[in-house]
Amino acid sequence: MMQVNELQKISAEVRSDVIKMIGKAGSGHPGGSLSIVDILVTLYNKVMKVDPKNPNWEDRDRLVLSKGHGCPALYSILARKGFFDVEQLWSLRKLGSMLQGHPDMRKTPGIDVSVGSLGQGLSVAVGLALGAKLKNKKYRVFAIIGDGEMQEGQIWEALMSSIHYKLDNLTIILDYNKLQIDGPNEEVMSLGNIRERMQAFGFDVHEIDGHNHEEIYNALSAPVIAQKPRFIIAHTVKGKGVSFMENQVGWHGKAPNAQEIEKALADIGGTTI
Amino acid sequence: MTKIATREAYGEALAEIGADIKDIVVLDADLSGSTKTAVFAKKFPERFFNIGIAEQDLMGTAAGLATCGKIPFASTFAVFATGRAFEQIRNSICYPNLNVKIAATHAGLTVGEDGATHQSIEDLALMRALPNMTVISPADAVEAKKAVKAAALHEGPVYLRFGRMAVETIFDEDYEFKIGKGKILREGKDVAIVATGIMVGEALKAAHILEKDGLNAMVVNIHTIKPIDEEVILQAAECGAIVTAEEHTIIGGLGSAVAEVLAEKKPTPMRRIGVRDKFGQSGKPDELLKLYNLTAEDIASAAKEMKR
Ligand SMILES: Cc1ncc(C[n+]2csc(CCOP(=O)(O)OP(=O)(O)O)c2C)c(N)n1
Ligand SMILES: [Mg+2]
Repeated sequence: MMQVNELQKISAEVRSDVIKMIGKAGSGHPGGSLSIVDILVTLYNKVMKVDPKNPNWEDRDRLVLSKGHGCPALYSILARKGFFDVEQLWSLRKLGSMLQGHPDMRKTPGIDVSVGSLGQGLSVAVGLALGAKLKNKKYRVFAIIGDGEMQEGQIWEALMSSIHYKLDNLTIILDYNKLQIDGPNEEVMSLGNIRERMQAFGFDVHEIDGHNHEEIYNALSAPVIAQKPRFIIAHTVKGKGVSFMENQVGWHGKAPNAQEIEKALADIGGTTI
Repeated sequence: MTKIATREAYGEALAEIGADIKDIVVLDADLSGSTKTAVFAKKFPERFFNIGIAEQDLMGTAAGLATCGKIPFASTFAVFATGRAFEQIRNSICYPNLNVKIAATHAGLTVGEDGATHQSIEDLALMRALPNMTVISPADAVEAKKAVKAAALHEGPVYLRFGRMAVETIFDEDYEFKIGKGKILREGKDVAIVATGIMVGEALKAAHILEKDGLNAMVVNIHTIKPIDEEVILQAAECGAIVTAEEHTIIGGLGSAVAEVLAEKKPTPMRRIGVRDKFGQSGKPDELLKLYNLTAEDIASAAKEMKR
């Protein structure tokens, strides 16, 4: 059994960072950053083999945040793991910052792939997984995609190749928060029954509560089924942890003001203790 | 002076002409609040289609609707419209010469904090390379509105480039807009500044700076990058020196288009103000314009350098 309390504490810290970072930047995407916090915290603290002192270590596990706009959550975790100084977090989105509005692998230690244009990251993850096979490396590749992002044709192309090439070293995590920018997925462009669709493709499908660290851990660390890539449907809440942001489409890409920051931080503190 | 983003003007214009031109249909890719097509969607919900985050599908669907006699306006951010869906625009829209209007917003560096992945600095070059395509880059809200109306009445594919940032209004309501026709905004004889989009405002400021230095600058607004107004460019060349200015890479956009005309018809010394073969980055719009040398001061120094 893992220490769930400890992970919850880290998640709360990361959520506070996200709010402060986006608040200071004056722009950014709080909703989709908060929905992936628990997934990322579990990945980086319990599952992935990485070395903050050697971010380009050849045998490290890789993460592709295909929904790149959620990067404040990832930046906070990387900083807290020691990839770079925590003080850098407050320079998010500012001129000359190592923390760009969307992840830049040439500027930020710990970022494995540059992303920001939805739909592209998953193909790159497939390339990373193929590379591991070619080079006989044991590293795993994790890709986090958005539900709105799943509407991109390129996602389905990459899903097909991950099955075709039997990439059992690839785990795709769907941040299923049910919202995008113009509204709920169901209203903008329905995704149908994702579980059935992914099973039909041939994935090792898991369906979990994306805010329950234990469920996340179990899905990520379940024994690999040979030759099957994994697809984890993580049910999440956009804006998770901040009462007035939860399930609100309006908080997709808007920075909180001073008052809202205060209220958000109070909310987040409340969920930890 | 009032500051309005050209994308705001686009949204308003679309909702206005939608009442008269019943064949107009509008498509978006999950950005209707930002591209302002939501204004049209609210007024004419049955003529609006959200395609989801699927820009390639967006362009293909617009092509199909055009073959049915509709006048589709397809909108998303410029980088996704012209980048992600380039080949759909090429083969499904331009090759069959279909009546699709691609109205792209958030062009250029002034997207700001979202950074390089969202800053479209090569869209004019991409769209200009396509046969049958008309390419329009308005300077302010007044021109943007007139451009939308003109595009709706024009038969064939049109690319309209709009910005995110609010910009000063330059033109009066009675300003006459004609596709393919450049406009001399200020007479001058020592140097000509040929500008497009948000750089038109900077060009006018540059002319003031130059005046203090004893240089009389002509300012030309080129809203239609293709077909380019050769006549007005040759007229500008009479000054003997030309500076072009665009919020775009210097490769393939306005500067290139002007250079092509001059090289063949009237070789004239010129300088290009634009992004110099680099990607953008996160920052405030104004900071980025300074960092990438896209200000009135930069235009003025380029002009002075040539007259030295
Ligand atoms: C190719 C592309 N098209 C459009 C956008 C603009 N955009 C940024 S986030 C977003 C919505 C994403 O929705 P979803 O994948 O569900 O993300 P989440 O809900 O997790 O924030 C859109 C349309 C983009 N970044 N890339
Ligand atoms: Mg979503």
